[in-house]
Amino acid sequence: MNQIDVKDLVFTYESLEEIQQNICDYVINGVSLTVKKGEFLSVIGHNGSGKSTLSKHFNAILLPTGGKVYVEGMDTLDEDKCYDIRRKVGLVLQNPDNQLVASIVEEDVAFGPENLGVEPKEIRKRVDEALKAVGMYEYRTFAPHKLSGGQKQRVAIAGILAMKPDCIVLDEPTAMLDPKGREEVLNAIHTLNKEHGITIVLITHNMDEAVTSDRVIVMDGGKILTEGTPKDVFSQVELLKKHRLDVPQSTELCYKLRAYGVDIKELPLNIDECVSTLKEVLL
Amino acid sequence: MSILRTEKLSLTYGKGTPFEKKAVNDVNIEINEGEVIGIIGHTGSGKSSLVQMLNGLFKPTEGTVYFDGQDIFANPKELRKIRFNIGLVFQYPENQLFEETVAKDIAFGPKNMGLSDAEINEKVKRAARFAGLREELLERSPFDLSGGEKRRAAIAGVIAMEPKVLILDEPTAGLDPLGKDVLLSQIEAYHKESGNTVLLVSHNMEDIARISDRVLVMNNSEMVMFDTPSNVFSRVSELKAIGLRIPEITEITLKLKDAGVPIPAGVLTVEDAFKELCKLINKGGNIDA
Repeated sequence: MNQIDVKDLVFTYESLEEIQQNICDYVINGVSLTVKKGEFLSVIGHNGSGKSTLSKHFNAILLPTGGKVYVEGMDTLDEDKCYDIRRKVGLVLQNPDNQLVASIVEEDVAFGPENLGVEPKEIRKRVDEALKAVGMYEYRTFAPHKLSGGQKQRVAIAGILAMKPDCIVLDEPTAMLDPKGREEVLNAIHTLNKEHGITIVLITHNMDEAVTSDRVIVMDGGKILTEGTPKDVFSQVELLKKHRLDVPQSTELCYKLRAYGVDIKELPLNIDECVSTLKEVLL
Repeated sequence: MSILRTEKLSLTYGKGTPFEKKAVNDVNIEINEGEVIGIIGHTGSGKSSLVQMLNGLFKPTEGTVYFDGQDIFANPKELRKIRFNIGLVFQYPENQLFEETVAKDIAFGPKNMGLSDAEINEKVKRAARFAGLREELLERSPFDLSGGEKRRAAIAGVIAMEPKVLILDEPTAGLDPLGKDVLLSQIEAYHKESGNTVLLVSHNMEDIARISDRVLVMNNSEMVMFDTPSNVFSRVSELKAIGLRIPEITEITLKLKDAGVPIPAGVLTVEDAFKELCKLINKGGNIDA
């Protein structure tokens, strides 16, 4: 079974009346995709491309206007399944300050499992494990407002983790962080994916982040523009540039050189690949 | 002549308390009229404290800030006038939008300068154009704008005072790549057309490399470098040691140089790297162009 199945999803924020009169803007306009268990999927696109709206469908925060979303086979439109769905898929948002509720780190992490009615002993165990998994165990007795942005964001992730989800969806978790905070959060996400087998859906603007995932989906105007491995997606430099999306500088440089006539077979995605590709050509 | 100069500038928070913390320590800089200065440093290095002293929001615990040769703290009554000349755009400035319409919000600064309605009107239009806001947006509520537009409306509010020095604290943080690109181009165009000095605090090294004449690097409340972008970004190991990165393209060319490719250090844009490599390839003659 897939983690998430999306079939012909259509969504608008406008009212039923406007839909009937056919005068509404569709934020998502016919998207079908699957998220496989255990994979690390990135979704990229501009503001307004529908990527955040899409991510909110993955745990029934938003419900489809048309089409279907299934989480581990459960239809998100089925109200009885809503809590089960949210237990399976956790959502982390952009601004860490909007997601922390308690005045002590470990109490904040315990908030989720407490609400699920988990045994106190088990909560203690889960909180400790979750904080260790994101490298914040030493800070368990700190007040959240004394932490840096990257640390707060990792506490927010731990709060989701303590609910033992199968999948975590992160909506631009690094957009408000400095480079160091960004690295901390990304490392934490990758560890959860590799060592704990948690499915990750990362919504991002940042191409460097997308490059490290298993699969990339590019959204544009409420539709999927292209999808594939990072190599497949970022080698389509022209398409991405046409939609004014960023390409890693390594890829762009080699793309330009290839267009100029230099013999480069495979476009690189990062600095090291780029250096070794160019060394071959130049030395 | 320098437009902005600091002498032994230091700032200590909570002096004499157990929470005493030195935020800025002995910074001596001289910034010339019309320069674009990039300011980098990791979180907590003192960048924001520094720029807030430059427009008189924080009073330095030691040292002096000179604007146009004058000590800005010499006469507290004049400080207000100084702030009209040194405009500061905070982080996430869109949180400060408050008026009913975009035009009124932009007009707030010039109004406080005591200008006539006609002058205010003209300044608002000019600022909106500099910030790339279409005229029809001016009568809309600022809260109906998109994230990028809100940001630009807030920046227009500061530009409207036509400050001699414009300071922007992380203006592109949180914008998508397109929004970033548009905003940066607007700042470049504003600088070109007005000829005013611009100070830009940013975590984005590619942005800094693209627009700065000189780059100021802060670490542990001290200024550790103040030089051209090519020179600053050639000091890779030093920058990495203080938790900063360099533009991807600069790192690629430096690694190639280390491997024996005769390419100059301090290449800052993909365009420049492409040109340099083309030169090398043409020389080698191993190309079927």
